[in-house]
Amino acid sequence: MSAVMINLWYVVAAALFIFGLKQLGSPATAVRGNVLSSLAMVIAIAVTLLNKEILTFELILVAALIGAVIGAIAAQKVEMTSMPEMVALFNGSGGIASLMVGWAALYNMGNTTFTDVTILLSIVIGGMTFSGSILAWGKLSEVMTSAAVVFGAQRIVNAGILVGLVVCSVLFCLNPSVDSPYLYAVIALSLLFGVMAVLPIGGADMPVVISLLNSYSGLAACAAGFAINNNILIVAGSMVGAAGIILTNIMCKAMNRSLGHVLFSGFGAVKQATKVEGEVKPIVAEDAFLILEAAQSVSFVPGYGMAVAQAQHVVRELGELLEKNGAEVTYAIHPVAGRMPGHMNVLLAEANVPYDQLVEMEDINPRIDNVDVAVVIGANDVVNPSARNDENSPIYGMPIINVDQARTVFVLKRSMGSGFSGVDNPLFFGDNTRMLFGDAKQSIAAVVAEFKG
Amino acid sequence: MEAVFLAMVLMLSIFLGFELISKVPATLHTPLMSGANAISGITIVGALISAGGESGAMSSYLGAAAVMFAMINVAGGYLVTNRMLSMFKKKDAGQTGGKS
Repeated sequence: MSAVMINLWYVVAAALFIFGLKQLGSPATAVRGNVLSSLAMVIAIAVTLLNKEILTFELILVAALIGAVIGAIAAQKVEMTSMPEMVALFNGSGGIASLMVGWAALYNMGNTTFTDVTILLSIVIGGMTFSGSILAWGKLSEVMTSAAVVFGAQRIVNAGILVGLVVCSVLFCLNPSVDSPYLYAVIALSLLFGVMAVLPIGGADMPVVISLLNSYSGLAACAAGFAINNNILIVAGSMVGAAGIILTNIMCKAMNRSLGHVLFSGFGAVKQATKVEGEVKPIVAEDAFLILEAAQSVSFVPGYGMAVAQAQHVVRELGELLEKNGAEVTYAIHPVAGRMPGHMNVLLAEANVPYDQLVEMEDINPRIDNVDVAVVIGANDVVNPSARNDENSPIYGMPIINVDQARTVFVLKRSMGSGFSGVDNPLFFGDNTRMLFGDAKQSIAAVVAEFKG
Repeated sequence: MEAVFLAMVLMLSIFLGFELISKVPATLHTPLMSGANAISGITIVGALISAGGESGAMSSYLGAAAVMFAMINVAGGYLVTNRMLSMFKKKDAGQTGGKS
């Protein structure tokens, strides 16, 4: 196939990618959108194989087969609770692929300086995406500590790495060659930089980091597109880049923090919230059932704790019982609930909660005072009223779901620690708050049993 | 001139990307990310050319390794996105579906 024909097919593929993303705008059409997008990928791969520059197919076949098998198995096996880890690993493999494409492009004849610069860009972005993603995966899967790792000279070290990276890049571009020592230095430094960049970011900030790395993996593909003069890489790569940046922005806004603040300061080391003291009002499943039975409208507010307790199925069961009982049931989801954007929605969808019951923070807050019972499951910061009232709180200014303004709030919590010690969340001491202590899954199951009994 | 043309493509597709993706509802943000992972596997196009080309053994091996990694993204990304998206059901259809 001639180069012109191939590029024409790339145009078709680009149109299908765009159309696929457009259909992702609604849950009703999203499955079809994904199919269109995968069709675009198949077209792009197929016409590329017809390129006259490709002479041998054995290596390609073996490599593609291995990759496809690994990907397919991973996609089948992964638990929905572990999606953040999975996406982190995918970000990483996208990054390393771009690094290698860039590196391999150095072997092409007659590269211009502009091409060399873009090759270097795809190596640098790809490299830091790879190592940063692996570290993010380590933090998410708790292979290593998920806390922010901060040490004294961190900024100086990072600045040093960055300067080294720029210097080596310039030196390489002045005299580009495949065995230039500066090439290896650039690869090593970009891998190191990815690690150093993710190290000081704590577990609660992971949604931002994953989104950002997602964006980088697209930008790396984009840079690789410049390196090999290929339109489809640029179009598809920049779509991914845009998606990641938009999500990063949403996550930052939902935490009322700037991107710079997330990236450069370890969370938690900031300010000490005013400790509140008071008495918690515990409640048993029996009484919780009586209140829920009388409720006209119930809103569940899930957080990462629901995923940890695997409580989503029993929550859905309770939701259905409440609906049969005549109550209006919603699931109010904060943008940063969970460890990645939209994580809670997927878990609830997996548990068969219909998506029209999943409501966003902006939709539930205006009508929260009409909610009879708000049930907080494994969420803490995203319902903490000190974000509104306490200027000393580290989360002051963050938009929250105002569950404290509902008529009654149930908070499911493992334990309180010692009874009267100060906590950072005044919600627990609210007049309308009742604490349901114990494992979230067992607590809800107990209420469900009351309903059935 | 080639570079300018590519920059034009980049500029337009970034704007288009922003327009399209800002319309994706929060409910679908996780599938959006895994779908984006799949799309970023488009580097496979570049990898294929290096892997099958005649620029030397090193270039071919790098390309082949890149084909493998990009293929993980393509296959894994689309399949897991499909798996997730099929879980999203509207209320009336909620009961008939079940887990996939």
